[in-house]
Amino acid sequence: MNALERHRKLTEIWASDKGFKGWFSTVNHNDLGRMFLVTAFFFFIVGGLLAMLIRVQLATPHSAFAGPEIYNQIFTMHGTVMMFLFAIPTFEGLAIYLLPKMLGTRDLAFPRLTAYGFWCYAFGGSMLIVAMLFGIAPDGGWFMYPPLTSAIHSPGINADFWLIGITFVEISAIAAAVEITVSVLKYRAPSMSLAKMPIFAWYALITALMILTGFPPLILGSVLLELERAFGLPFFQVDLGGDSLLWQHLFWLFGHPEVYIIFLPAAGVISTVLPVMCRTTLLGYGWIVSAAVALAFLSFGLWVHHMFTTGIPHMGLAFFSAASTLVAVPTGVQIFAWIGTMWKGRPELHLPMLHILGFFFTFVIGGLTGVMVAVVPFDWQAHDTAFITAHLHYVLFGGFVFPIFAGVYYWLPHFTGRKRFFCLGELAFALVFVGFHVTFLAMHWVGLLGQRRRIPTYAPEDGWTAINLISSVGSFILAIGIAMILVDVVLHIVTAHRGRRNPWNATTLEWAMITPAPAYTFASLPRITWRDPLSAEPDLAVSLARGEGYLGTPRHNWRETLAVDIASGKPEMHVLYPANTRLPILMSAVTGLFFLSLLMKFYWTVPLAMGGVAFLAWKWVWGLGLRQDQAVQSVGHGLSLPNAATVARSPGWWGTAFLLTANATFFGALLFGFAFLWTIAPGWPPPAWFTPSIFELGVGISGAALAPLAIRHATRVNESGGTPFPTVILALCGIVALGFACASLMWRAPTPNEHAYGATMLVLGGYGTFHTAISGLMGGFLTAQIRSGYTSANRRAAFPIVGLWVKYTSATGVIILLAAHLPGLIP
Amino acid sequence: MILLVFSFRRNSESGVEARQESIWILGFGLVFPAVILGALLAYGLVIGAQLSPQNGANAVKVTAEARRWEWRFTYADAPALETTGTLHIPAGRPVDIAITTADVIHSFWVPRLAGKLDAIPGHINTLRLEADMPGTYKGVSAEFSGAGYEAFTFRVIAHTEAGWTKFLQGQPE
Repeated sequence: MNALERHRKLTEIWASDKGFKGWFSTVNHNDLGRMFLVTAFFFFIVGGLLAMLIRVQLATPHSAFAGPEIYNQIFTMHGTVMMFLFAIPTFEGLAIYLLPKMLGTRDLAFPRLTAYGFWCYAFGGSMLIVAMLFGIAPDGGWFMYPPLTSAIHSPGINADFWLIGITFVEISAIAAAVEITVSVLKYRAPSMSLAKMPIFAWYALITALMILTGFPPLILGSVLLELERAFGLPFFQVDLGGDSLLWQHLFWLFGHPEVYIIFLPAAGVISTVLPVMCRTTLLGYGWIVSAAVALAFLSFGLWVHHMFTTGIPHMGLAFFSAASTLVAVPTGVQIFAWIGTMWKGRPELHLPMLHILGFFFTFVIGGLTGVMVAVVPFDWQAHDTAFITAHLHYVLFGGFVFPIFAGVYYWLPHFTGRKRFFCLGELAFALVFVGFHVTFLAMHWVGLLGQRRRIPTYAPEDGWTAINLISSVGSFILAIGIAMILVDVVLHIVTAHRGRRNPWNATTLEWAMITPAPAYTFASLPRITWRDPLSAEPDLAVSLARGEGYLGTPRHNWRETLAVDIASGKPEMHVLYPANTRLPILMSAVTGLFFLSLLMKFYWTVPLAMGGVAFLAWKWVWGLGLRQDQAVQSVGHGLSLPNAATVARSPGWWGTAFLLTANATFFGALLFGFAFLWTIAPGWPPPAWFTPSIFELGVGISGAALAPLAIRHATRVNESGGTPFPTVILALCGIVALGFACASLMWRAPTPNEHAYGATMLVLGGYGTFHTAISGLMGGFLTAQIRSGYTSANRRAAFPIVGLWVKYTSATGVIILLAAHLPGLIP
Repeated sequence: MILLVFSFRRNSESGVEARQESIWILGFGLVFPAVILGALLAYGLVIGAQLSPQNGANAVKVTAEARRWEWRFTYADAPALETTGTLHIPAGRPVDIAITTADVIHSFWVPRLAGKLDAIPGHINTLRLEADMPGTYKGVSAEFSGAGYEAFTFRVIAHTEAGWTKFLQGQPE
């Protein structure tokens, strides 16, 4: 088989369906990465137009352009769209497109999950845009502080769109994060150890782990606030034992890591592009990785610095002020490592490099104003003024948009296989750079003169007129620049002529293929022993296309790849991917039906949608089942590997483990909320405590002890060739007992509408009941698989996955029951 | 940034990579910011502590309750007195303002007298301020509170000692 035949054969196996219908059934990361990016840039344009409207409104005093009701929607949506619908999805799209190529594998870990995440994002984002077109968009500011956003002060549907729409979109963030984590850890080229990974993969891994631990508090906050709005559970109402500060804690517990979730991928782009532009290698790879890890940890200890003016004791402020200044250190390490890289090499002023310089200039200023507001007395003055708005735009535009533009221009030839033809890009950069600085330098100034953020208008005697006008003019220059970049990109895609492979002479693996990237990504998989594979083996692309790597022979119409050991990159198993399917889009549509039902208060369709999701999930996993035992497969170069369904730690197990990490963060945030209300909220103790019951506690805890033991036993019996059926049933009985205790807690929660304590009990019980339902469903699934002959000592991967869920359900169930019953039992 | 510009100069002789790493990362990346930031942090904390309410015995005590969209002020020295939209204080004496709200979150900010402090339902936050000179100072609420937010302002009038006594007795100046 020659290279061309291999190309045709592999394309036939991996390609999505022809025409636009292919978009709905594709599960290929090449397509989905592009779809993510295009959608994200669509939302970027929407957010940018909203920004223009804001600047029109503020250009002159007493502006009659938009009334406060509309203006409040405009700035709320500007922040929301940019944060949730542009920044995070752009990272996801870039990572989805690039990671398999940089890591030397053919696709991400869970292709159908990628598609599901994309459709959740597209549907959830559309909900918000539709709300905006109807003039009922959220209007409480992008951080949605209650009680302003509670049902009493915002009775309309506006806030519900935010809470429900954003939660829907967050599903896609969690899905992508699980996907990226497992892919980076397990789906790499043979022998690529962690230390040999391209730097972008490190950044993507750290960012994904941060999404898994940073987003759940926000999801919890949205769920609680929506429960309060829809059903009157008073989590944030102070006269009923709630506390509006709880929202601020949950929101910023997410919101600060969010800043780094946005910055780190951009830093990954810089660390990848900068050395190529400077004809050298990255200085201090190990230091940069450590700095990024340090940043990730520190960023979770900073959230209170958004709350310096909420009356937190000065000792607390001192701690968080110290943490906020400390976080500048790892950022500094990265910046200086990049500058050192430039000194080491010979910088060439290509277009991506211009944007990187734009990044340096802007981000450093943003960092300096950041240090200013980390100083508490200064923040007391600057907080909630235009100075903060200017600071955050320096950080986000400097730290994200410039690097992303650098990345767009750097990888554009990879997306299209073409050479840039028009030189609009340089002019566009100049306009963007000048426009940005005029806009936001002016905004710092007017903020120091006392202009508050979010005011719809101001008076001529405030003395801000000239500065605001300058700022608005700057913003239009900026907008023209960005429009020119988009035009440049479109012109590039439709008109430019074909370029050569690897136009930048880069050394990372994504350039070792024909461009635009083929559906199968690599014709055969390389063995990687160098951090810069293409400088060690310049002809790698040709040899891979000739099928000289692993899995070079297409067979059985399989979409196949390898998974490796996490640390060493030693090949560990042989993976077969599912083919094109409409299941993901269908499932996200049904998920959307669930959220829409909540939004429109059609409560009778809620259980219908939940049942639909459960049914489709069942079908989803059932389709992976294998009827025959799987022998070891030869993957080339004399290596034979077991199938992923025949190992104890399958990719599915890893995915479950990371999903449960996010889930555990959610649960931890819920316990934090309970403890916070109990100790800080003024309206405590509640009028009535939960009546403890030794019987229910005993039944629940026995069930929680029985289920994991039984499922562990079932796993062992199955591996030694016995019949696991009876012990799986025993595990199910344990789950049912635990479910009974949790449901009873829900049922008997004391007056959940009248005090936050009862409401918390209801939610804790609901959490436990929901998880026993999932574990029960999984146990039932396993039983059905055993009955239909889909499991054997060889095909054993399903048992440990169900085991993980059962253990998690039991552990959280015990904590819930103890939290509910113990306070009443201790005299 | 100056370093950035210089990096375009072709440096004739680049040292060993390990040495460069230690200069750039340990020197500029770790030591340099640590020293500067440490000093800045200490300074900020000391100033912050000075601005926080101390146990001043002669502090005048007032309360400020916000609602959409007005501030109501009451005075410990004259319990029957309530003013709306204007806070009266004596000049030259520390004033402790107990801030809270009847509805959504607001923020009490008189830029020329002190930093801002939020008014949060169910919580009372105390702000210490002191006007050196008698006069009228402008104040605003600095937390977004829905339509009507931009006009949510108030005044602080700092009286002379005599004017303050008169005010407490309920006599207009």
